[in-house]
Amino acid sequence: MGILELLKQRRVYFDGGTGSLLQERGLKPGELPETWNLRRPEVIEELHREYLNAGADVITMNTFGVNRFKFKGENGETPKALVEAAAGCARRAIQDRGHGLMALDLGPTGKLLKPYGDLEFEEACSAYKEVVQAGAAAGADLVIIETMGDCYELKAAVLAAKEACSLPVFATVTLDERGKMLTGGDVDSVTALLEGLGVDGIGLNCGLGPVQLLPFLRRMTEIASVPVLVNPNAGLPKSIDGKTVYDIDADAFAEAMAEMAKAGAMLLGGCCGTRPEHIRKLKERCQGIPLPVLEKKRRTVVSSGMKAVEFSGPPVLIGERINPTGKPRLKQALKDKDLSYLLSLGISQQENGAQVLDVNVGLPGIDEPELMCMAVRELQSVLETPLGIDTSDPAAMERAMRIYNGKPLLNSVNGTKESMERIFPLMKHYGGTAVALCLDENGIPETAEGRIAVAKKIYETAESYGIGREDLLIDALCMTVSSDPKSALTTLETVRRIHEELGGKTVLGVSNVSFGLPMREQINAAFFLMAMQNGLSAGIVNPNLPAMRQAYDSFLVLSAQDENCSRYVGIYAPLEAEAKNKKKAGDCGAIGLSERPADGPAGALPEASSLKASPLKASPLKESPLKRSILKGLVKDAEAAVKEALICKEPLAVINEEMIPALDEAGKGFKAGTIFLPQLLMSAEAAKAAFAVIKERMEESGQEQESAGTVLLATVKGDIHDIGKNIVKVLLENYGFRVLDLGRDVAPETIAKETVKGHVRAVGLSALMTTTVPAMEETIKLLRKEAPWARIMVGGAVLTEEYAAAIGADAYCKDAMASVNFAMKILKEEKAQEPREAPEP
Amino acid sequence: MKEDGGKTWREALRYLGYKGCEPDEAAKEMLLACFDQAEKEIRPRVIMGEFPFTKEDTPLGERLDLGLFQTESVSLARNLSGCFRVLLMAATLGIEADRLLHRTQAVSPARAAVLQAVLAALMEEACDRWNREWEETYRKKGLFLRPRFSPGYGDLPLSLQKPLIEGLEAGKRIGIGLTDGFLMTPSKSVTAVIGVSRTPQECVLEGCASCEKKDCLFRR
Repeated sequence: MGILELLKQRRVYFDGGTGSLLQERGLKPGELPETWNLRRPEVIEELHREYLNAGADVITMNTFGVNRFKFKGENGETPKALVEAAAGCARRAIQDRGHGLMALDLGPTGKLLKPYGDLEFEEACSAYKEVVQAGAAAGADLVIIETMGDCYELKAAVLAAKEACSLPVFATVTLDERGKMLTGGDVDSVTALLEGLGVDGIGLNCGLGPVQLLPFLRRMTEIASVPVLVNPNAGLPKSIDGKTVYDIDADAFAEAMAEMAKAGAMLLGGCCGTRPEHIRKLKERCQGIPLPVLEKKRRTVVSSGMKAVEFSGPPVLIGERINPTGKPRLKQALKDKDLSYLLSLGISQQENGAQVLDVNVGLPGIDEPELMCMAVRELQSVLETPLGIDTSDPAAMERAMRIYNGKPLLNSVNGTKESMERIFPLMKHYGGTAVALCLDENGIPETAEGRIAVAKKIYETAESYGIGREDLLIDALCMTVSSDPKSALTTLETVRRIHEELGGKTVLGVSNVSFGLPMREQINAAFFLMAMQNGLSAGIVNPNLPAMRQAYDSFLVLSAQDENCSRYVGIYAPLEAEAKNKKKAGDCGAIGLSERPADGPAGALPEASSLKASPLKASPLKESPLKRSILKGLVKDAEAAVKEALICKEPLAVINEEMIPALDEAGKGFKAGTIFLPQLLMSAEAAKAAFAVIKERMEESGQEQESAGTVLLATVKGDIHDIGKNIVKVLLENYGFRVLDLGRDVAPETIAKETVKGHVRAVGLSALMTTTVPAMEETIKLLRKEAPWARIMVGGAVLTEEYAAAIGADAYCKDAMASVNFAMKILKEEKAQEPREAPEP
Repeated sequence: MKEDGGKTWREALRYLGYKGCEPDEAAKEMLLACFDQAEKEIRPRVIMGEFPFTKEDTPLGERLDLGLFQTESVSLARNLSGCFRVLLMAATLGIEADRLLHRTQAVSPARAAVLQAVLAALMEEACDRWNREWEETYRKKGLFLRPRFSPGYGDLPLSLQKPLIEGLEAGKRIGIGLTDGFLMTPSKSVTAVIGVSRTPQECVLEGCASCEKKDCLFRR
């Protein structure tokens, strides 16, 4: 009988720990336990037998650490050989005892996935597949993925198990005492992810003892619709004379596990520090406890690797800003693959209360699948907000769903056969909650009745794929009210009836309603409020607009969803106080330009002996406010000052007469050791903000700012440190260079390819560690071959002038200013060689 | 207060290249804000195990056995002279630190540079704190601890990170992984060997003083 059939009849028992038992039998510290599958199989087999004797139904094969990263085939220890040997041990024990199932065990790879580590998601997936294929071929009855601390690696393992075999898959994660995984996930987010991926059972193991795990287990059984498994440690670890021991015995363990069973756990076993005795007692103690009835919880939820968002209670705010339609700055950023800008859009929306971020990167002439994946990777690496994948490109949708770290929102499916046939299989495979548009082959129904009929059709079709209506957010479709005065009413009626008659969840892209009208924000906010009052579950809105937030915040108060109005007061009381203060200050006289007083004892020139004095105090007396704000590194002041300066000067004059001198002064101070890195960078940021204002002004008047040339930057393969490279980038941009930033851990081939593609003249490479300098050398060699025109500058903590020369670089840049100087020098040479270009002023 | 020149404050300034100079008000403000934010958002984690330490003379030189690995490192042998056991430790500020840095980079590169230095200084501070706790525990047993010595110092190869991290189970217990080039992830992570001796410490070079790279910009 397989495990799924067994689970229908009774509680199932797993085995316990192996580490300490193997150490008692001679496993040395640091020796990998899996090697014993080949070297001492009789010991592994004996361990399995002991657990089967103790009453375990499932024994865990000794394959926890088997993967191609740990076992590279030395002494015949390939992943396949180790898995086969492990299966042999388990099979012999089961045959000998006459009962039992064997679970192929998958643990963490020991490597961190990109971007914070160097392991590609697909490589992790393929490494797991190799083990799964070997395990399935060797006769495993199920797959158990366990002790996972990172949701993203967990997803790679689950996909591998589902795609490489047809065995039942169980997955358990490790939590700390706050209920968090190592990379920040919690019970809610991991439940959403795993149920979305369609695993057969989920749970918790290792990390804590049964007492500490109980509250988290309770939460899991409360929200999960699949059987829950728990394999705790034998309490908390203590170190006694250099040995790790656990603090509760088999009786106490069994007692605590009985609470787990009562709380709804259907599969029970142990992890570190537990022995056959623990399993025997646990089984005796739990056998009389009635089996829980498993219910479908029907929760509508999306998740990131860190957080889940449920569509119940107050409406969910979905941020709409990551969408290039009508946003030239974002369009340019997407074309340039400037992911920092994209990220800053995500950050500001999250700070303004967005709970989910819609991501749309659709632009004509770009590789949308690639760009969508880049955007999703970037956003999910930093933000805990779940993402919505918003695309009509099927390849972009599938690829982004695959690499997304969580259960995504999908935007969108509709009632056409073609759309449903495309999206529903993807949802079934990867998980997701979809925005479902009330339209089909006949277009958009004009009446609420018609739209509800489409919604019903979508529900039914989803059901036939095994997708519940909880995974669909019906979009009642918001039309432009200026072209059809009744359209808003139709939409609102549809929202209300989906909510009341079908018990369904709804969503609206709110901003469409006001197209063609002035002061759109007012209409949007009012419509949003009306929709919420009609039961809207989520709004796709611009959370950066105060009017939208005010409507939302007020709605929560007025619909009794903000207890004691404390949320509202928390947000608006400080704003009111601030407004009062401003008024007061306004009454007393003009407000200064600067946030901070910009003066100080001025006039004195720096002396060699006064290095400790702030160099900025030494600036000439009569400098412009713009120059001063740049030197002081004040972003807001610089923006204001440049606007002032543009009133009486041409943009180019402002750049050449005020900004460049300010930057040069900061650069010189840095070189002289009177200005330090933070100040230099703050000045750079202030200048960047001022440049943005100038650029906007020049675009308005049809002028174009001449680029100083392109510089390609990358941190070399194997190196994940990029702070130095990022500093260089900021300064280069300041001096008008276009920077092609390839990021960190970049392969030589990629650097060469991009250099050739853009015929880039200046390439900057960074490496922090001695171990990654060889990769730098390799990159330089390849560049010499593929792009002989390119001049190469290198930098990084371990490099020196001599070292740089030895690996064939053209220049060693000891700091960021040095790289600016080198880039300018190359540019001058280039200009000198190209007589068509105008000479420099 | 941090800005009064505590060790962690000075470390952060050193990483930023201040070489003993004082930051101006704006930089100071940013440093303080970064310290505040970092202390709120990160959770330093550590694991430590005690192992026997033995030496053996071989034709290749002195071979050290530290339980989880063997090495012929001369600099480590010097650091561990007179020791009979070792503590092997691994510590990290966690992925939260990397995430915080990445997020800050998108908004303000200046602040990211400062934060980077602050996080490095906080990692050091956490290690010092654990070190002091262990020192006290061992002193009660009449034993003395030597300064931390990490793979990559002197001639101790970086590749020893692998047996160290695998042996301590640093991956599943505190989330430290290794890249193919033996760099630790998350980036703010430390491993170290700490010698245990029955006699108080003789004069041993530690930190920068023990490093071969004499022209380093960040040398103390």
